[in-house]
Amino acid sequence: MPGIARTIGRETGFYSAVAFFVILAAFPFYWMLITAFKTNADLYDLSNIPFWFNDPPTLDHVKYLFEQTEFARWLLNSAIIGVCVVAITLVTAIPAGYSLTRMAGRSGEALGIGIFLTYLVPPTLLFLPLSRIITVLGLQDSMWSLVLIYPTFTIPFCTWLLMGFFKAIPIEVEEAAIVDGCSIFGAFIKMVLPLSMPAILTVVIFTFTLTLQEFVYALTFISSTAQKTITLGVATDLVRGDIYFWGELMAGALIASVPVAIAYNLFLDRFISGITGGAIK
Amino acid sequence: MVAIADKAVQSRSRFKFILDRPKVLGPIFVAPAILYVLVLVGLPFLLAVYYSVSAYTIYTQSYHFVGLRNFIDIFHSQIFRQTLANTFIFTIGSQIIGLILGKFGALVLLRPFRGRKLVRALIVLPWAVPVALATVAWEWMFDSLYSVINWTLVALHIINRSEAPNWLGNPHLAMLCVIVVNAWRFFPFAIVIFLAGITAVPQDIIDASIVDGAGFWRRNYQIIVPIIAPIVVVGLIFGTVFTFTDLSVVYLLTNGGPVNATQVLGNLGFQIGIQSGDVAHGAAVSLIMLPVLFVLVILMLRFIRRREI
Repeated sequence: MPGIARTIGRETGFYSAVAFFVILAAFPFYWMLITAFKTNADLYDLSNIPFWFNDPPTLDHVKYLFEQTEFARWLLNSAIIGVCVVAITLVTAIPAGYSLTRMAGRSGEALGIGIFLTYLVPPTLLFLPLSRIITVLGLQDSMWSLVLIYPTFTIPFCTWLLMGFFKAIPIEVEEAAIVDGCSIFGAFIKMVLPLSMPAILTVVIFTFTLTLQEFVYALTFISSTAQKTITLGVATDLVRGDIYFWGELMAGALIASVPVAIAYNLFLDRFISGITGGAIK
Repeated sequence: MVAIADKAVQSRSRFKFILDRPKVLGPIFVAPAILYVLVLVGLPFLLAVYYSVSAYTIYTQSYHFVGLRNFIDIFHSQIFRQTLANTFIFTIGSQIIGLILGKFGALVLLRPFRGRKLVRALIVLPWAVPVALATVAWEWMFDSLYSVINWTLVALHIINRSEAPNWLGNPHLAMLCVIVVNAWRFFPFAIVIFLAGITAVPQDIIDASIVDGAGFWRRNYQIIVPIIAPIVVVGLIFGTVFTFTDLSVVYLLTNGGPVNATQVLGNLGFQIGIQSGDVAHGAAVSLIMLPVLFVLVILMLRFIRRREI
């Protein structure tokens, strides 16, 4: 009997720990969700229990976002920026990652680490000179400045990720293609790229989410409403005067968060093996 | 590989020459990435260094050299010294909380149970969702009047409505808030890193230690922790670099206030260099981060290298 009691005790402890972590991590998002669909009368009444709907849920805040604010425009801006940055990143990082793993020998690894370390150079160190450079290029207050700047962190990161993936492809694959008459370039295009599709897909997803998550450069370079990204727009543009409209704010934050959260979870394992760079073998 | 290729290829067009030589193709492949990084990271970095020793503002764009004048100015400022201290408190505080939560979270997620996938998906949210958006949700939870935290405390009769804390208005509480939000944002990352490390510890080592009579804690701290230390350090350095240099959480929650109580280097550099247009002093404030970053990068290099052995 004491054995059973101890098991029950241990199980209760374990599941309370699980509950603690889930509530800690997810409560703010639950709060977003419930705020986004509550009526204002319900939100701003301290006598109500805040954790559930006291009035029936409403779509007013979401409607307001799409009809009275530039929310749809921000979504579109973020999508365009994301697609362009993904394209630039793929075109530069795939050949770079391949070259550093297969064609540069030992120095490739060192160069790869060098490129990766630039990922650690923070935006708050570079935003002053970059904002001058952008002004010189005539891109101030334009979303295209972000298309230009975001690859500075997506390229290093993705090159590093891809180096890990390319290393895992057996070199015999390319050798066989070359014996069959392919050039080295041909072997890369015909054999390596198709084999790397899962890795490339991972890079696409992560580049896109990195552009959605970025805040500092967007805040520094963009000030007009119509050019903002979704993250910047929701965080800075929905506050009118000094008044916060929490329903709209939370609805906006929720809509912008959901796709990123889903994408991240689907690709989490690949991302981890990338970031730890095979630090564990 | 080259020898085989030379023998196999018969036709010798001019293109073949480029496409077949790793010595030619390699640099061509890697050049765009390196150029991009050199032009838009290397060049701005040098420019930032130069701004910090010049008298450059957006109103008078003079590259006149003033030596260490800007650095002396900012070190004489009480606000800057407080900001420097705040930045360390903010970084160290949130990393410690994040690491502790990460370690215990990893222990929880290590054990198989029904719904573990869903639990993991929920726990990863703070790290996955754009930090600016999550911070706005926290701002609402810390609202001076409608804070759900205060509502709960009042409902549980822990405090009275009249003495409910103004989370972001009180200097000490505001610091606690930005630290907690930042730790909250990073702990899923710490969990993930710990998990990746622990699952990579060879099972036979753990089995052997059990046979030798090592208990739970001993197994944890004398066997698992030393093995996973390198990867945890790499994760910790990531977290430290991004926390030490960040401004999003502080900018959105408190904007450095009340009265600079939560001011950090990133946000101060932004206020001086971008908002007030005093680029030279702003650059000097940002560059103060450099020595710390430098130490962290050296550490990082040591641990990345170690993995190859």
